[in-house]
Amino acid sequence: MSLETNPRPLLPPQLVQTSPIVTMRDVGRRYGEVVALRHVDVTVYPGEVLGIVGESGSGKSTLLRMMNLEDAPDTGDYRLRLPGRDDGNLFALERYQQRMLRARHIGIVYQNPHLGLLMKHSSSGNVAERLLIAGERSFDVLRSKAREALDASEFPLSRMDHRPADLSGGMQQRVQLAKAIALEPALLLLDEPTTGLDVSIQALVLDTLKRLQRERRITMVLVSHDLGVIRTMADRVMVMRRGSVVEQGLADQVFQDPQHAYTQQLVHAKL
Amino acid sequence: MQILDTPPLLRVTGLTKTFHMHHLDSVLHAFEGIDFALTAGEFILLRGANGAGKSTLLRTLWRSYLPVGGHIWYQSRLGEIDLARAADIDIALLRREEIGFVTQFLNARPRVAAEEIVAEPLRLAGRAGNEALEEARHWLNQFGVRPELWRAYPSTFSGGEQQKVNLARALVLPQRLLLLDEPTASLDAGARQALVRRLSDLKAAGVAMIGVFHYPGDVAELIDREISLTTRTLPQNSGQDDTRDEFNDERERYVAV
Ligand SMILES: Nc1ncnc2c1ncn2[C@@H]1O[C@H](COP(=O)(O)OP(=O)(O)O)[C@@H](O)[C@H]1O
Ligand SMILES: Nc1ncnc2c1ncn2[C@@H]1O[C@H](COP(=O)(O)OP(=O)(O)O)[C@@H](O)[C@H]1O
Ligand SMILES: [Mg+2]
Ligand SMILES: [Mg+2]
Repeated sequence: MSLETNPRPLLPPQLVQTSPIVTMRDVGRRYGEVVALRHVDVTVYPGEVLGIVGESGSGKSTLLRMMNLEDAPDTGDYRLRLPGRDDGNLFALERYQQRMLRARHIGIVYQNPHLGLLMKHSSSGNVAERLLIAGERSFDVLRSKAREALDASEFPLSRMDHRPADLSGGMQQRVQLAKAIALEPALLLLDEPTTGLDVSIQALVLDTLKRLQRERRITMVLVSHDLGVIRTMADRVMVMRRGSVVEQGLADQVFQDPQHAYTQQLVHAKL
Repeated sequence: MQILDTPPLLRVTGLTKTFHMHHLDSVLHAFEGIDFALTAGEFILLRGANGAGKSTLLRTLWRSYLPVGGHIWYQSRLGEIDLARAADIDIALLRREEIGFVTQFLNARPRVAAEEIVAEPLRLAGRAGNEALEEARHWLNQFGVRPELWRAYPSTFSGGEQQKVNLARALVLPQRLLLLDEPTASLDAGARQALVRRLSDLKAAGVAMIGVFHYPGDVAELIDREISLTTRTLPQNSGQDDTRDEFNDERERYVAV
């Protein structure tokens, strides 16, 4: 056995019976000549923050889009454990079933607020729209739930009727976040949620995420090319390179004792 | 005799750790073939010169570092588990409920009040908000953190104050196994006494501990046994069993860093 070929032989039967909330197996996706994802397996446990790190083009956003059922892979199986239901392989569902599942149970925050927000509606309207899609009809409930979600995302309520187009980048990310958590999703996906922001604003938004995670135990999958962001947020880390997972483990393990040459390079470049 | 039949809480066999540094194309042997056992309520002092691998051993038990060989058999409440091979999620849960790691450094998140940092482990363990906060304040007080600091952010505290917050947090929830890496370094006398008192109470309650202490005299009355790590030079070809052969290649490329 060489260290080189067996970096992390650690998937024994589990002692603690916690079932994963997300199980993805053998996800593959090509775009023409580009292999964006190659035999990717992902396991996410309830209440944890899984960090996915890797350089630009490594397939992180593609993977997150698959988790959000926005795009279909060429191969793969995706299970989401939700109370009282079994939908089987989510990739095999009809489009409208996928849309309903996504609307009710998955929240996402994109790096680019234009992907996640209607820029010319009010901020509260953006959140309410999300609740409408999920079936909420009472105006009072819409308004109060939108308000609650914006408040939890530390958005200044005095500006909830402003359009995202008129807000700063940090505020726009808070509206996206409010929209994503308004329905108490089983899974919150974050694709470089702070990458477009000033460093000082980044820290504030990360604090909000951390607080939400602590208080509500929301299961999060956080994608970032920034090791610092992953380090402050994640319980477990997955390192991606060229569409493959090269290493995964507990966050402190991956950062303090990286096993794969690529991860060591990443960590040392950062030190 | 029930007690005699109880297996040790921790049984470490043949534990070996090397660091493979790809960017330097080198391997560093931190320690090799370590064996020891630790029972509930027992306190082991870890000794060794600077660089002997004491911190590395503790971090390997905590699984910040992955061992390359050997076993760490641990009797968890749910059954026996080899921490050397356990799934990450098991380790994460054991860290939350059974195994604690105490260092001198506070890894505090910005903009979280001292009392919240200390209360967090209690909250995660399901304790009600107010009760958790009460207890957090009790321990901040015990370790000598002034009340006017309880609601402030530790990122602005002095090193000593941060260390006290760190100890309060690390020891607020009784664990079954405590790993201690120089927790008293640079503490004032009052806080050091509070720490020894807390460790003594935990020991009496059956918590097993293994640790490095800058001044072992501080904890003299707690020590049951000592383990010494010796600094390794280039490994010799001593009478060895064949399980060591897998390290032969690395041994030739050994460099000290
Ligand atoms: N819809 C698409 N059409 C063509 N190529 C794509 C598409 N989506 C992603 N890719 C390619 O797949 C690779 C991975 O991209 P992406 O997942 O965005 O990486 P990351 O988020 O890690 O930067 C890139 O080479 C990208 O150009
Ligand atoms: N993450 C790491 N990567 C590479 N080498 C390490 C790492 N951690 C510790 N070491 C090395 O292992 C050896 C033992 O260090 P350490 O366990 O800190 O010693 P001690 O705590 O006994 O002073 C040292 O040579 C140190 O440089
Ligand atoms: Mg991307
Ligand atoms: Mg040390």
